[in-house]
Amino acid sequence: MLETIAFWALAVVLVCSALAVVLSKNLFHAVLWLALALTGTAGIFLLLDAEFLAAVQLLLYAGGIITIVVFAIVVTERLVGERLSQTNRRIGAGAVVSIAMLVAIVSSLLRQPLELPSTAAPENVTQAVGEAVLTRFVLPFELLALLMLAAMLGAIYFARPEE
Amino acid sequence: MPLQAFLILAAVLFSIGLFGVMTRRNTIGILLGIELMLNAVNINLIAFARFRGDIVGMIFSVFTICITVSEAALGLAIVILLFRVRRTVIADHLDLLKG
Repeated sequence: MLETIAFWALAVVLVCSALAVVLSKNLFHAVLWLALALTGTAGIFLLLDAEFLAAVQLLLYAGGIITIVVFAIVVTERLVGERLSQTNRRIGAGAVVSIAMLVAIVSSLLRQPLELPSTAAPENVTQAVGEAVLTRFVLPFELLALLMLAAMLGAIYFARPEE
Repeated sequence: MPLQAFLILAAVLFSIGLFGVMTRRNTIGILLGIELMLNAVNINLIAFARFRGDIVGMIFSVFTICITVSEAALGLAIVILLFRVRRTVIADHLDLLKG
């Protein structure tokens, strides 16, 4: 019962803040709405018994990404003076395509009911994730470290001062 | 809650993100839409992991979260570089490849 209430409350918050992200006139407000949407997603992860993922979500997304997006806006946006409209002229076509996408996904979900046996939550999810990452998935994990190193070097290269 | 509820919520968020990607003029706004879409995919992965009682979906979403963060960092670096070269981040005005 409590879980159902929490799900619907989080769903309303998520959908409203996601709509605000794409419709808000001010890009800075859009980023703040995105922070709310990402925090709400962390709540959904908690409902799904994934505490570790909720913590990662808050640290990396709501902490990291929001901060660098705010920096990028401060660097590139003229926050005073005349501003262009934030949406292009194809707003109707965009709405039609995304609603068609939604209808396609939801109808295919509802056509065949997914009957998964409702299993109990694993005992200690964080421990299980840690063990699997360092045993069975150790190679992709190391490759991920390489990818993040490459991304960091690339970002530093792009951001170097002009000669 | 049934699995379908989480999947439909993720589908709604994905469609909203797609709408943002298609209609925003500002490059940073487009990146925000992409973040919303990737976030919806993570909800799907973790919902399936939970309902199947299988940990692999969660590990996959750890990887997608890390890759998304790299993508955001590089994407914003490219945006800042574009601003330095063209003095604008409006996608309509970025036609360097148009010849």
